[in-house]
This record gives sequence, structure tokens and C-alpha cells, in this order.
Amino acid sequence: MKRTSLLLAAALLAAAPAFAASQKIDTSKSFIRFVSKQMNVPVEGKFKKFEGNVDFDPKKPEAAKAEFEVELGSIDMGSPEGETEAVRPLWFNTAQFPKAKFVAATVKAAGPNKYEAAGALTIKGISQNITTSFTLNDASGTRTVEGTFTLKRLQFKIGEKQWADTETVADDVLVKYRFVLPL
Amino acid sequence: MNYTERYTRTAIALHWIAAVLIVGNLSWGLYMTGLEFSPAKLKYYSWHKWTGVTIFTIAALRLLWRLRHPAPALPGHMPAWERNAAHVSHVLLYVLFFAAPLSGWLFSSAVGFQTVWFGVIPIPDLLEKNRELAETLKLVHRSITYTLGALIALHAAAAVKHHVLDRDDVLVRMLPFLKQRPPAPPPPTLPETP
Ligand code: HEM
Repeated sequence: MKRTSLLLAAALLAAAPAFAASQKIDTSKSFIRFVSKQMNVPVEGKFKKFEGNVDFDPKKPEAAKAEFEVELGSIDMGSPEGETEAVRPLWFNTAQFPKAKFVAATVKAAGPNKYEAAGALTIKGISQNITTSFTLNDASGTRTVEGTFTLKRLQFKIGEKQWADTETVADDVLVKYRFVLPL
Repeated sequence: MNYTERYTRTAIALHWIAAVLIVGNLSWGLYMTGLEFSPAKLKYYSWHKWTGVTIFTIAALRLLWRLRHPAPALPGHMPAWERNAAHVSHVLLYVLFFAAPLSGWLFSSAVGFQTVWFGVIPIPDLLEKNRELAETLKLVHRSITYTLGALIALHAAAAVKHHVLDRDDVLVRMLPFLKQRPPAPPPPTLPETP
């Protein structure tokens, strides 16, 4: 009796991923980049460390679940001066808020291989709803998700006080991402 | 005969516009890099870059003008080494007028911060963003501009020496407002020998 229940438990555990097919993104092939306008000049940067768990069936996008976390201290902007500044309290304040988080609440189809996800993006302790459209490409054993969205940095207090001036650094920041998942 | 031809008005105008912009941008570059990171600093960097591109175009105009309108001859009293020194330093100045903005442009390309002239005309980035290269190019830009500064100081000192010690027209013929000294009185003519 005891033995059968143990076996049953083991079988259930083994089968569990089949029910909640959550997959980790392959961060080595994925990226999160952003483009901000400084003095009206687009300047690109990226985050080197992030992770994500995705449970997505293209046939049932509504049932999708996805969660991403970005280590804000891993920012790469090309200039050491900018990076030192970005982690300070006026910008990301990584000492207090090391990570940004996005949790997809709804996903719906928006055309062939196109989808739209909405959910809460949390940065610096502030949550805002954002919507992002992305494409899906399945090829040679991997699934590639690519999309963009624009966030307003001031809604998240990214750049306070003198940095709130949008003439030097625009409010809109374009985020571009690619996530690669095993199929 | 110490009296020499003047530079053309265009050459004089371009010379002094370039002088003000270059000395200005040199000082501005030194000043802005020492500032704390701030929105003002971002603005100042952009202004520096715009002025640098302007200097580049003025240098190109000057070179074209100069090729068609040769500089007036140097005064006859100058020994050969001085003539050579003047010639070499003028060529080097022209080289640096181009090298200074070019190195700045390459540097800012490697940083990944494109130059958009006066916020309107985008200057294409010549290089991919590359951090190590950017660090090197920063030093290159610094060395070139410091050399330019030193050469400008030498150039100005030479001009003053011509005016004060040699008492010739070399400085005045490049000035827009000062009158040239009257030509030296002709040498006393000896009565013709029969
Ligand atoms: C004749 C033209 C120029 C002169 C005389 C000049 C001079 C200087 C000087 C003296 C510095 C300070 C160097 C130091 O102490 O580290 C500097 C820095 C700089 N220059 Fe220029 N520059 C010129 C053109 C340009 C151009 C055309 C650009 C870009 C398109 C540029 C981009 C920069 C940048 C980004 C810095 C800051 C370097 C740093 O981050 O430390 N410059 N420049």
C-alpha cells in the first residue's frame, strides 16, 4: 500500500511538467535591449542578465503564462560613466530594487504568428500595465519570440530630479526583446 | 623689402573663425570632461561634438581656399630653418584640424552615441560600438587635441615674435583691422656712376 502510493506520487511528479509545461528561456540566445533618446539621439543599451519562464501553447494563447526577471545592475550602455549612473538611486536604485519583473496576465492572438501580451511590469517598486506585441517563429528545434514595447521611464521614476528633464533623456524608451525557447 | 602681400579677406575670416572655434572647443572639451555626470553634461558633450563637426567643415573650406589662393610669401629676412619650421607647422596644423574632429567622431561612434549635427543632421557612425576601442580612441582624441593645443600656442607665439621682435608684417597681414606698416623706406639710391 505504502509502496504503491509512493510509486503513484513519483509518477505524478514525473508527469507534472506535462501539465505545467513551463520552460526556461535560453538566455545565451536571447536578448533584452532598449533604445533611449539622449539629446534626441537614439542610444542603445542592453541587460546582460535576465531569466524567464514561459508556458505557451500557440493553439491556446489565452492559457499562456510567462514571467521574466531582469537584473538591472547588469545594464550595458557602452559607457562606464552611464552604467555607474544608471544603478544609482535617481535611476534604477538597484541597491533597493535589484530586479525588474514582468508577468504576463493575458495573451491573445493578433494574426498569423502574431500575439499580444499584457501584464504588469514592475520596476523600482512601481507596477504599470504594459502591452507588447510579439511574433513567434518555430524553426530547427527552437521557438523564437521577438517583440517590442515602449515604456515611459518617468512612470517608473527611472531618472528623477534633474534627470526627469525629457529634453536631455526622452520619456519614451523602446524595449526590444528576443527569447529563445526549446521546442 | 619687408612689405608683403596680405591674405585674402576670405582667408582672414576663415582663419579667425576657426581659431575661435578650435580654441573654444579645446577649452570646452577640457572643461566638460571634468564635470559630474548630469543632464547638462550630456548637453555640453553634444555641443562639443557639433562644434567639432563645424570645425571640420571650416577646415575643409580653408584647405580648398588655400589650394587656390597661395599664402603670401614669407618675409625675406627669415633664415631657412625658420621658413622650414613655419612650413612644417602649418602643414601639421592643417593635418590636426582634420585629425582632431575625426578622432572625436570615431571615438563617439565606438561609444555608440551618434553625432547628430545641431540635433538635425545625423553623421553616420563609422565604427561599431566597441568598448575597448572606445577607450583607445578616447586617448587618441586626447593626444591629438592636446598636440593641436600645443602647436596653436607655438603658432601664436611665433606670430607675436614676428610682430614684436622681427617687426615684420606677418601678424598684421592676417589681421582684419590693423593697417599694415608702411613699406620700409627704399634704400638710399646712390648717384649713378657714369
Ligand atoms: C577641432 C575639434 C575638436 C577639438 C579641439 C576637441 C578637443 C577635445 C578635448 C581637449 C577634449 C578633452 C580631452 C580630455 O582631456 O580627455 C575632448 C573630449 C571629447 N571630444 Fe573632442 N574635440 C574636437 C572635436 C570633437 C568631435 C568632432 C567629436 C565628436 C563627434 C568630439 C568628441 C569628444 C568627446 C565625446 C569627448 C569626451 C571624452 C571623454 O569622455 O572623456 N570631439 N575634445
